[in-house]
Amino acid sequence: MCLGVPGKVVRWIDRTPLFSKAEIEFEGVRKVCHMACVEEAEIGDYVIVHAGMAICRIDAQAASQQLDTLQQLLDSTEGDIN
Amino acid sequence: MKYLSDYRDPQHARHLLDRIRKQCTRRWTIMEVCGGQTHALLRSGIDEALSDCVELIHGPGCPVCVTPACVIQNAIQLSMRPQTLVTTFGDMLRVPGNRGSLLDSQAERGNIKAVYSPMDAVRLAQRHPEQEVIFLAVGFETTAPATALAVLQAAQLKLDNFSILCSHVCVLPAMKLLASSKQNRVQGFLAAGHVCTLTGFDEYAGFVEQFQMPVAVTGFEPTDLLVGILEVITQLEQEQAALVNCYPRAVKRKGNHSARQICGQVFDVTDRQWRGMPIIPGGGLCLKPEWSSYDAELKFPLSDNIQQEIQTVCRSGEVLTGMIKPSECPAFGLQCTPQTPLGAPMVSSEGACAAYYRYRNNIFTKQNKPV
Ligand code: SF4
Repeated sequence: MCLGVPGKVVRWIDRTPLFSKAEIEFEGVRKVCHMACVEEAEIGDYVIVHAGMAICRIDAQAASQQLDTLQQLLDSTEGDIN
Repeated sequence: MKYLSDYRDPQHARHLLDRIRKQCTRRWTIMEVCGGQTHALLRSGIDEALSDCVELIHGPGCPVCVTPACVIQNAIQLSMRPQTLVTTFGDMLRVPGNRGSLLDSQAERGNIKAVYSPMDAVRLAQRHPEQEVIFLAVGFETTAPATALAVLQAAQLKLDNFSILCSHVCVLPAMKLLASSKQNRVQGFLAAGHVCTLTGFDEYAGFVEQFQMPVAVTGFEPTDLLVGILEVITQLEQEQAALVNCYPRAVKRKGNHSARQICGQVFDVTDRQWRGMPIIPGGGLCLKPEWSSYDAELKFPLSDNIQQEIQTVCRSGEVLTGMIKPSECPAFGLQCTPQTPLGAPMVSSEGACAAYYRYRNNIFTKQNKPV
């Protein structure tokens, strides 16, 4: 019920305030989700869905920055481990 | 899948594990607050891989588990009313109440239906005007916006046959209760990432200040969890206590403005009893007075409004507060299994007992070996 996973916005279905809905794809499975909390989301954006409702949009820039930081950490410790 | 596989990279995980081990000069005790994090830690084996330097205590962050048995009992009572349908999340159906579960009552004459979201319950009310549709609303800040939206939708549709039995809970007051307990062993927290997507993390600054414990806002993939643990360990080793957001792709300082606005329109903060815990000040949400016509408890006063928990062999209160590990409960794997659950933590997909049963067969003691 509460296990949020990221899914990709593939199609807006309704943009009526309070009733906005979009089709979200989760690892190949598509589901219609309520979008009242992320009405700014665009096709191709990733959102996290809980209880049938998208609760946030994933910040692509923050995601790639974090991965870069991890890669740097990995590179800096490579020598220690080998 | 983007944003999943990137954070499940075994090479990253190995390096982070190694970093954490190297940082630790002693064994530290950290609590992961959310049940989703507990499952992810056990599924990936992080808890075992770090067992020599970090003890992970599992927190109360399973919304199904903390819903008191009396709330389930009240939902059962409402489901027995004529022309009434009680709806809730599928996870709630098998959770034992004081006298059986919602599923048991369905086998008698209770009218109960599992829904994917509260908005599905609104749709049912719209389709069946002859029936009162009640949604048993449980969950943390992550599910509260969906319940609030359902109430707003019902109002917009002018439905007078929709109401909610509200048992929403808030995480931070429970963390405060645990941290201020005399028996507290927790030295740092992994805060529940998805709760923070809604609430933001500003309000945790006061917690860090008050209890002088590091808090890392943490996601749910192996790399996310290891980054959170590394952050907390590093601070503990340096005798520091700070608040750090280790889940920046989903969590912003102020959270989700729209979700907060939707919740603010519908809910007030209230004191709330959690299963196995005392009443937690500010530990829950209730409908604002102006939405009282959607409050099932006011609309249909319960003849037998049970507020007391009945004592059972289930030690979920101790599991939920991190006092014992699920495998230390004498019923674990014997009388209590996912097929024959005695308590909510064995039923829920986020429950700690279910996680131990599923992922830790190797920790079953001889007498607790499942049959
Ligand atoms: S193992 Fe079963 S009986 Fe024991 S605490 Fe967990 S849910 Fe309760």
